[in-house]
Amino acid sequence: MLQLTGITKSFREPNGHLLPILDVPHFTVAAGEQMVLLGRSGSGKTTLLHIIAGITRPDAGSVQFDNIDMTRLSEPGRDRLRAAKIGYVFQTFNLLPGFSALENVLLGMTFVQGRRDTVRARDLLERVGLRQRASHRPAALSVGEQQRVAVARALANRPRLLLADEPTANVDPGNQQTIVDLIRATCHDEGIALLLVTHAREVAQQFARVERLEEINRAVRGQHDPYPSSYDEDVSDQRSNV
Amino acid sequence: MSLWRIAWRSLEQRGLASLLTTLSMALGVMMVVAVLSISGIVSASFRSNASLGYNMIVGAKGGKLQLTLNTVYYLSQPVENVPYDFFLEFFPQSVRDEQLKNSLRYQAFRARVEGLSVVNRTPPEALLGVTSPLVDAALEALTAQSLELGRDGKYSQFTSLAIPLCLGDYLGRFRVVGTTTDFFDQLTFGPENDRKYEFTAGRNFHPRDAEHGFFEAVLGAEVAREMGLQLGDTFASTHGDPEGAGHGRRFTVVGILKPSGTPNDRVAFVNMEGFYLMEDHAKPLEEPEQTADHAAHSETDQHAHSPAELPPLCNEQREVTAILVRTITPLVTPGLKNAINEGREAQAVLPVLEIYSLFESIVRPFQLLLLALTALICLVSGVSILVSIYNSMSDRRHEIAVMRALGANRTTVMTIILWESILLSLAGGALGWLAGHTLNWLASPRIEAQTGVTVRFWDLAPPLRDIEIWGLGPIMGWVSPEVLIIPALIVLAIAVGLLPAIAAYRTDVSKSLQDA
Repeated sequence: MLQLTGITKSFREPNGHLLPILDVPHFTVAAGEQMVLLGRSGSGKTTLLHIIAGITRPDAGSVQFDNIDMTRLSEPGRDRLRAAKIGYVFQTFNLLPGFSALENVLLGMTFVQGRRDTVRARDLLERVGLRQRASHRPAALSVGEQQRVAVARALANRPRLLLADEPTANVDPGNQQTIVDLIRATCHDEGIALLLVTHAREVAQQFARVERLEEINRAVRGQHDPYPSSYDEDVSDQRSNV
Repeated sequence: MSLWRIAWRSLEQRGLASLLTTLSMALGVMMVVAVLSISGIVSASFRSNASLGYNMIVGAKGGKLQLTLNTVYYLSQPVENVPYDFFLEFFPQSVRDEQLKNSLRYQAFRARVEGLSVVNRTPPEALLGVTSPLVDAALEALTAQSLELGRDGKYSQFTSLAIPLCLGDYLGRFRVVGTTTDFFDQLTFGPENDRKYEFTAGRNFHPRDAEHGFFEAVLGAEVAREMGLQLGDTFASTHGDPEGAGHGRRFTVVGILKPSGTPNDRVAFVNMEGFYLMEDHAKPLEEPEQTADHAAHSETDQHAHSPAELPPLCNEQREVTAILVRTITPLVTPGLKNAINEGREAQAVLPVLEIYSLFESIVRPFQLLLLALTALICLVSGVSILVSIYNSMSDRRHEIAVMRALGANRTTVMTIILWESILLSLAGGALGWLAGHTLNWLASPRIEAQTGVTVRFWDLAPPLRDIEIWGLGPIMGWVSPEVLIIPALIVLAIAVGLLPAIAAYRTDVSKSLQDA
């Protein structure tokens, strides 16, 4: 479903030098697959997600999504594809403060023509356990509840792929597992592929496929590895228990 | 969710700033509505006042506009007066001869003829037109003094109505105008020129009342209200200006007019005969007439009589400030005007032309200037919308980036920002429109009293005819300019919303998301 080939991305530093961020020769996600991308801060996780979502254009390479090369699409074309087929859960939730929980979910549908399905929005809120709080604004919700609304919003358009950028990073430990379970369960139920970026070992351990960004991204390969060699073994052990 | 709803939510989010911006726009629109209404009221008032019930004003030679302003609106000061004999030229023989009997020349003639009648034993009146060497000699002498009895006035065949006005006195700040009973019996007014002056109380003054003689007055509605005068009250006018010395004679109020919405609401009308008999109102006589056995009344004479007994002032001591003339048909008006203007005694002006000329040359440009100023205020309010939205942009880049990440394209976020600008403008416009009409409605009793123009809450300003603005002349001519406020506000909103909308359009999504 998703295939990245020869993706590179650099940013120009204030001194004029180009700083390579991404150099990913090959990366794939299959339809309905759930996987984790592990990476330390500054390893290009978010940039990679932005390229997959079509928010950022790579310097080179191609992003094939359902056999469509996103890098060849115009910006409005990428916007349309993102709105219809890619859900995005942000680390900081990014709920719009002036909108109720229900409106935030509906906002996810607004940008896809013909999709203003209040019934589905309410169903999604019920699925994340917030039906009774549909009219509450984000400020009136707990951090965990806000992230659950963000998950509901990301799923509003029945995407083919859900990108979750450290969805548990700002959630208290008690709610972390709930959020992960919620994301995995809903993606599983709706046949949505999940690419979850995290640096939390306990989260990664629950997934059958875990990729380390330092390994697939040649731009950061050889830099300081925050994860000790025993980490891979730990993850493998955990994986065998999933 | 529709885009306008997203925009509305965003405005709600910045409640205070949005409210202040809306109020700023509301003030601008309120002023536009008020100016358009005032403009309409002024136009309607002008049109109404141009329906005067007469079509010509005759007065002393001088400025045409001054004569019109002085006569129609009682503004400015009269330059000069015209002789009473000239006024009589607008009347047929019967009226003119009767009036001429009040002249010193006639009385001198009578005295001389009576002297002849003693010789001939013939009644004096019979001598007129009788041929006899003695009478011929007498008439020859009288002709030399220009008595000119026994003929129609020069302009009488073209005139269906001639009403004199004598100005110069004040009652408080209001003008006192001497005139005849015809003013209220014959004149009409109103847009259709079909309304007659009506009395809230009392009656028109009598030509000569048994009780008050010539000293009766009819007050305009505003004069009665402001001066607190009622029927039966008396007043003494002041001479020359509102602060001038008071006359000794007092007029009795016998009638109070219903509000007419004309300048006459602000006038105290008095019987012209009484006006003439006030101190200093008699024109000084020339030497030959002084020596005649005339009926001119010295101060001593006047005070020797009770008001009811006072005889009228002789014609030679009379003048009129202006004559309101209605011609028998508009076809003869230009000819009559030319005939009068070719003479040396007076000038004739067509007040409607002068009023429209005044309107077009002074009032219309002033209206346009006022309109332009208020449009500028709206523009400034529009800029405040720009500033308000633009200032919020730095806080909202992240929101915009989130919407972009959710699939909104650049045009969509640009449209949302433009919607914000439009909603602020329309909310301000609606509020301002309501405020403007509330102001009109609150002021309507006073407007009606002052101008006679009725203003209801929902009344729209009338079309701005004959105004050419950016080729909109044909539209402005038949549609109320208030209807154009809405599209104008939308255009303004789009114009001022464009800059922040472009900023939204150019938001760097990736950077804004990572900056959060």
